[in-house]
Amino acid sequence: MMNQTKSQTKSHKKLIIQLLLGTVGMFGFGFALVPLYDVFCRITGINGKLDLTPGVYQANGVSGREIKIQFIAVNNESMPWAFKPKDSSLRVKLGQTYQTAYWAENLTPNYMVAQAVPSVSPSDAAQYLEKVDCFCFNRQPLNAGEQREMGLAFNVLAGMPAHIKTITLSYTLFDITAASDKSVASND
Amino acid sequence: MNLISSKRFGRSARHAMALILLFTVSRVSADWQLNMREGVTDISRAVYDLHMVIFWICVVIAIIVFGVMLYSVIYHRKSRGAKAHNFHENVYVEIAWTVIPMVILIGMAVPATGTLIKMYDAKEADIDIQITGYQWKWRYQYLESGVDFFSSLATPAEQINNEEAKTETYLLEVDNPLVIPVGKKIRFLITANDVIHSWWVPDFAVKKDAIPGFINESWTVAEKPGIYRGQCAELCGKDHGFMPIVVEVKSAEDYEEWIKQQQLAQAQKAKSAQKRWSLDELMVTGKEVYDKSCAACHQANGAGIPGVFPALKGSPIVQGDPAAHIDMVLNGKAGTAMQAFRDQLSAAEIAAVITYERNAWGDALGDIISPSQIAKMKQ
Amino acid sequence: MSTSTEQLVSSESNTQEIHHGPAKGITRWFYTTNHKDIGSMYLWFSLIMFMTGGCMALMIRAELFQPGLQFIEPDFFNQMTTMHGLIMVFGAVMPAFVGLANWMLPLMIGAPDMALPRLNNWSFWILPFAFSMMLMTFFMQGGAPNFGWTFYAPLSTTFAPPSVTFFIFAVHMMGISSIMGAINVIVTILNMRPPGMNMMKLPLFVWTWLITAFLLILVMPVLAGVVTMMLMDIHFGTSFFNAAGGGDPVLFQHVFWFFGHPEVYIMILPAFGVVSEIIPTFARKKLFGYSSMVYATSSIAFLSFIVWAHHMFTVGIPLAGELFFMFATMLIAVPTGVKVFNWVATMFRGSMTFETPMLFAIAFVVLFSIGGFSGLMLAIAPADFQYHDTYFVVAHFHYVLVPGSVFSIMAAVYYWLPKWTGNYYNEKMGKLHFWLSFIGINITFFPMHFVGLAGMPRRIPDYALQFADFNAISSVGAFLFGFSQLLFIYNIVSCIRKRNKASAEVWEGSHGLEWTVPSPAPYHTFSKPPKVD
Repeated sequence: MMNQTKSQTKSHKKLIIQLLLGTVGMFGFGFALVPLYDVFCRITGINGKLDLTPGVYQANGVSGREIKIQFIAVNNESMPWAFKPKDSSLRVKLGQTYQTAYWAENLTPNYMVAQAVPSVSPSDAAQYLEKVDCFCFNRQPLNAGEQREMGLAFNVLAGMPAHIKTITLSYTLFDITAASDKSVASND
Repeated sequence: MNLISSKRFGRSARHAMALILLFTVSRVSADWQLNMREGVTDISRAVYDLHMVIFWICVVIAIIVFGVMLYSVIYHRKSRGAKAHNFHENVYVEIAWTVIPMVILIGMAVPATGTLIKMYDAKEADIDIQITGYQWKWRYQYLESGVDFFSSLATPAEQINNEEAKTETYLLEVDNPLVIPVGKKIRFLITANDVIHSWWVPDFAVKKDAIPGFINESWTVAEKPGIYRGQCAELCGKDHGFMPIVVEVKSAEDYEEWIKQQQLAQAQKAKSAQKRWSLDELMVTGKEVYDKSCAACHQANGAGIPGVFPALKGSPIVQGDPAAHIDMVLNGKAGTAMQAFRDQLSAAEIAAVITYERNAWGDALGDIISPSQIAKMKQ
Repeated sequence: MSTSTEQLVSSESNTQEIHHGPAKGITRWFYTTNHKDIGSMYLWFSLIMFMTGGCMALMIRAELFQPGLQFIEPDFFNQMTTMHGLIMVFGAVMPAFVGLANWMLPLMIGAPDMALPRLNNWSFWILPFAFSMMLMTFFMQGGAPNFGWTFYAPLSTTFAPPSVTFFIFAVHMMGISSIMGAINVIVTILNMRPPGMNMMKLPLFVWTWLITAFLLILVMPVLAGVVTMMLMDIHFGTSFFNAAGGGDPVLFQHVFWFFGHPEVYIMILPAFGVVSEIIPTFARKKLFGYSSMVYATSSIAFLSFIVWAHHMFTVGIPLAGELFFMFATMLIAVPTGVKVFNWVATMFRGSMTFETPMLFAIAFVVLFSIGGFSGLMLAIAPADFQYHDTYFVVAHFHYVLVPGSVFSIMAAVYYWLPKWTGNYYNEKMGKLHFWLSFIGINITFFPMHFVGLAGMPRRIPDYALQFADFNAISSVGAFLFGFSQLLFIYNIVSCIRKRNKASAEVWEGSHGLEWTVPSPAPYHTFSKPPKVD
């Protein structure tokens, strides 16, 4: 700093400004990643595994091809609810919307809130399983001893590759009582 | 100096011996088993063949490369009067030993790709079984027939603690094996209850991670009846090494028979909750259940591990109001390692183990928890 | 390499002009900005960590000597395997290579010191604090981290002992240390070369460290990211790795291995550099194919970024993904093979002598290649379903890390000790250390291939009876190898203390600027840049 020429000071200033701009830019990039990821996942079709947004009903036409869809219910950790699918499996035509349900009962003497998390196998099938309406979109609060049938409307898109003949849709029920606000109404 | 060269010969001889053994081995005594097993499925054999092809290619390359090195070490040493040459590059040689390995790799990649594609086969399965990994046991649920049970390590603690002699199936035996029919395609739907586990049966070449909240699938067609043993293949906590997998492959008729028996037994368990149990009956069953399902953490003497697993002996929950004790066993404690045993044990087993815990260590309360009481709470 | 000794006489005498030697007293070590001092501190630290991690390995092998639980409980066993991995990777191998870089890079390029000497001091001094914190977790309730050095979620988040938070802090500290060190290395190499030393005249050790430094800067922040996400999940209610909140445990694995795979190349590239210095010296012949060695190292570094999911073949990746990662991983064998062939071609028609550094270097080439072959087998995805998470993997990575990285570090230490201390070490004792280590390593790790193929999983404290015989052999080998390292310490200490004057050149076939300064190297060297033609 002591014997710097004027041009050295100037070029140092320039470098510092560039570095600061770079740092700010990196922060901004981190925030910009949120919408960027949505775009990226949409373009590549990745992110089929965990779809919690309602599918828009697509009038793709019924394809006539039939596949089997299985329904599984899983309780995570010590989740103490009874949780079962109404239908353990269905034969469905591609492109047509079907309705089924899962049944849950809070077997404890306490108010609890659950979150159902879906998962599809094989993973290639995930992007073709549209959930028109699903109980997994919302938190599910149940009072002590309360039971409820929770609806699921779905559509297996006609574009699904021919080598997939059986899909398994599983829901895992998680206890999110601690993380939820108890005063919230049942469908938020 | 001579010592060094003879040591190198010794090393080559050892390698040669291992190679010869491997070549002749696939059915050597299990104690000194050197190689992967061929297994009892189409896929397991394809994997084994692939493994051997890659292995031999590596051996050949190793012999060539190490052979040249060995030659140099012997003949190009200063003590032998060797003079250093001057060359230090050669484009043609460099290109050759870049291109030739690439060609070899492509040669390996072709059969590897074929086998992998076969593994992703999506043909319709005959039977679907949901497999859930728990800390530290497996749960098997047959989706069509409704058979549902847990499978835990059956090796007694005395063998693990070197108090008793170990049997041949030490650490590879369970109380309730998975049973499947021979020759049918079985589809496995694999998930986990808590942390990541991995379901692996080497004889089927099936290994798939069990991930909490997600479902993975795998499949097999077992060609030979028999008993096949595997282990959990992903670190999942304290008893990762103690949650084996046993699959019994039966003939189609025996399998159907077994399914019927399982369904009957499940119905009986539900009924047994209705009959009246004496304190002695509850204590006997209770101790069995305790040793299998509780002692791993709470210890056989109920003392637990301070700071990690609470003691049951003298615990306020065990000594206090039964309702809290029942709630703990049925529903577990969220955020801790205490699981909900509601689905894992029958009403009678739960009633028995709670009765046992309340009476086993010193201050016997004389409490009896009746199975029918539990059955009502379980629904 | 193309510098002749005569032209450097002028710079040698210039070292007399240098003002002072090192400061006096213990504060010398806290305040030093001298690359030689800092290099020595890194090396001593790494040696202590190596012995610590080694003790943990011996506890593991003691328990695994026979079936049944004899000495330690399963949870403590998990703590041992976890901490052994963390300490060896982050406390022994990485700091050792940084220590070698600190000592040798300025000497090799004729620079007076590293570009950022104070940063250098901070980079080192973070480490003792980070590792003290990590080691103190043994005394916490719940014990030390017990979830494997790869700390997969949710075992390492929801189900972790309280020490996980301190583990995360320690990882952050180590990461900062590595990143700062890497910046220092790059700035030094790019900016402080003397006139005439263009990039393609750099010694290979300098090249490999330059590339390693870029890898460090690119991936250590990813590690910092993943442990921060863990911290958020554990303490601040986020759900990165928890399906309940919309997250995914597999996300952890992707982010971790995106760091993890380049990390293992970070641990081997400097080793390649060391071997590329040693073999030409003792073969009295120039390194074969200098440019291809540079391009091969760069290719390996580039490829290391696109292969991470080969650690995740059983996680449920779709077919296309598995195929891509299988092909990309197999591809790495090509540049690695090129390097091995080049070393062999350097030896071929040379005039070799087999001093201790050369023994370690040749053993490196053979045994690292064996590790490379098992790595190629692991790359084959369908076969990996039988290898993954078994002792076959343990055998693979121990072959590339122990007779790989660790042997190269030992080779480097024997090679450069005379330059650092001014004394030759005892050659007979060096060779004894080598042979005991070589035999011990092979007895320990070769049988692991067999038990892995036979079906023994990783990270288990007790095993079925059919694995007993080979496990007993491995344990014997481990104790042999472990105790032989006491010889290593003895050799280093005696070399420092016993006077056996070494020349500047030290080895007959040596080339490079580091051999033009006296032995021991003066506290300040190359105050004036050397002439390089």
